[in-house]
Amino acid sequence: MNTSLGQPDALVIVIFAFFILLSLAITYWAARRTRSTEQFYTAGGKLSGLENGLALAGDFMSASAFLGASGLVAISGFDGMLYAIGGMVGGPILVCLIAEPLREIGKYTFSDVVAYRLQQNPVRIAAAISSLVVTGCYLVAQMVGAGYLIRLLFGLRYELAILIIGIIMLMIVLFGGMIATSWIQIIKATLMIAGSTILTALILARFGFNPLKLFDAAARMNGAGVLGPGGFVSHPLDSVSLGLALMFGTSGLPHILMRFYTVPDSRTARTSVSYAVAFMGYFHLLVFVLGFGAMVILGRDVILRADPGGNMAAPLLAAVVGGRAFLGFIAAVAFATILAVVSGLALSGAAALSHDIWVSAIRGGKASEHEQLWVARGATALLASLAVVLGITFKGQNVANMVGLAFAVAASANFPTLVLAIYWRRLTTAGALASMILGTVGAILLILLSPTVQIDVLKHQTAWFSLRNPAIATMPISFLAGICVSLARPERSAEAGFLKLEKRIHR
Amino acid sequence: MTETKSESRFVAALWRVAISSVMLVIYVTFLLFVGFERPFLTQVVVPGLSLGILCGVLVIVVSCILTWMYVGWANSHGDDDVAGHRE
Repeated sequence: MNTSLGQPDALVIVIFAFFILLSLAITYWAARRTRSTEQFYTAGGKLSGLENGLALAGDFMSASAFLGASGLVAISGFDGMLYAIGGMVGGPILVCLIAEPLREIGKYTFSDVVAYRLQQNPVRIAAAISSLVVTGCYLVAQMVGAGYLIRLLFGLRYELAILIIGIIMLMIVLFGGMIATSWIQIIKATLMIAGSTILTALILARFGFNPLKLFDAAARMNGAGVLGPGGFVSHPLDSVSLGLALMFGTSGLPHILMRFYTVPDSRTARTSVSYAVAFMGYFHLLVFVLGFGAMVILGRDVILRADPGGNMAAPLLAAVVGGRAFLGFIAAVAFATILAVVSGLALSGAAALSHDIWVSAIRGGKASEHEQLWVARGATALLASLAVVLGITFKGQNVANMVGLAFAVAASANFPTLVLAIYWRRLTTAGALASMILGTVGAILLILLSPTVQIDVLKHQTAWFSLRNPAIATMPISFLAGICVSLARPERSAEAGFLKLEKRIHR
Repeated sequence: MTETKSESRFVAALWRVAISSVMLVIYVTFLLFVGFERPFLTQVVVPGLSLGILCGVLVIVVSCILTWMYVGWANSHGDDDVAGHRE
């Protein structure tokens, strides 16, 4: 099959250049509106429910959700759906337990909420560190994935691709802050939904607009096994553990939590989640159909030959059913996705570094507006350079386990501490520290001892810990640690602070 | 006043716990089937539609419905006065 993937194609490059210019134009427009720290971190809290819902959905529609998931479905069928479902079931948890208190109590980061009634410095530093672990792993995984994708799509060198992404990301966040990051995310999410809808329609047109006919064709080509669970998760309990990490980790990802500060009130925060789940649900169903479309129309061999990871399934399919212009469009949207997601990650990392560590812990909250803004920008520059260096260092590594680690830490450190801080009166400073530290260290340690590292990376025969994702063990450990340590030594001021916290949440 | 407030707090807590646990139970059941009952989910209901795909789509749909239920309830049960409390 002859496609123009990986070769510089004039039309593809023109569409691609247009998207970069559009991003920079939005950044320029946003830069003129970014004068205060609040505008930098939260877009001034002025987004509407629909806008923030699209941006939230956009955070989930990453390159791995679009290219990775459709490729996984194209290669293994049903199993490719599991990641998408994991993200979706996080929606009700996020909106019920987290969205509203976060909006009412916090200012820029989730540490604001955890530290609200506890001793500020130790709690903020611990929360900032676990935030940075999550954001860092996620960011490096996105960068490495992006480097390969751009090489595959446009034939650029890996290092050059990483550098380009790093520079554009830096410009977006540095000058445009949350306003530019949000609007690029909103525009990208809209284009992504539109593009996948068109692609899906083009596929389904070949099957009488009946997805079941498509699935049936896939089953007749590759066996009925593609319609059911296969060997994607080796240990049966692994699917539960991974599922829990995805479900609860969603409510512990700093760049997702930060989205609740970009709206005016908790009502809008909730509304934005209901828009987000609608867009995400629709998008994930499209990706599922797309994947099966690629399996039947292209065949697995063609997909695997383009990229052993399967990531090129959707672009190849776009070229075959929609022609070169459509391929250019899908490739450009994939690139915009990477930019938008890494920008959001860099921004939330910068907030942890500057707002939690510098302004609150080091300067005791007494930094001028001017200083805060410049420290935030300095932190952004630092993170962007680090992302480029690490992106290049991790070339050739399997980054899937870094995303797994990000979700595991988010679910085992950030989520339990956040829930205890909001809903349990007796949580103490020591308890919060215990739950965050054990959650973070436990998740990292168990991943190091898991088959992912022991067998796949170090080529040992066996692994100390048999599950690939540790959340099923580390989440309860983190909750228990927080509860036991808090009960052992009560902290009166923390209990008194809980009444104030309850009043602010109101219910 | 304080009684209605604590009552509404209780109802809100009930909603939160109910929605979250329904989602958790449905999802964990689904995951246990994925882990332990693979042949069951591979069964085909009508040509092209396996139980696995049906359940997967249902879990996605249910997660949307549960989110909308909670948001619908919370947004219609006066936190209008919360806005007044914000500085």
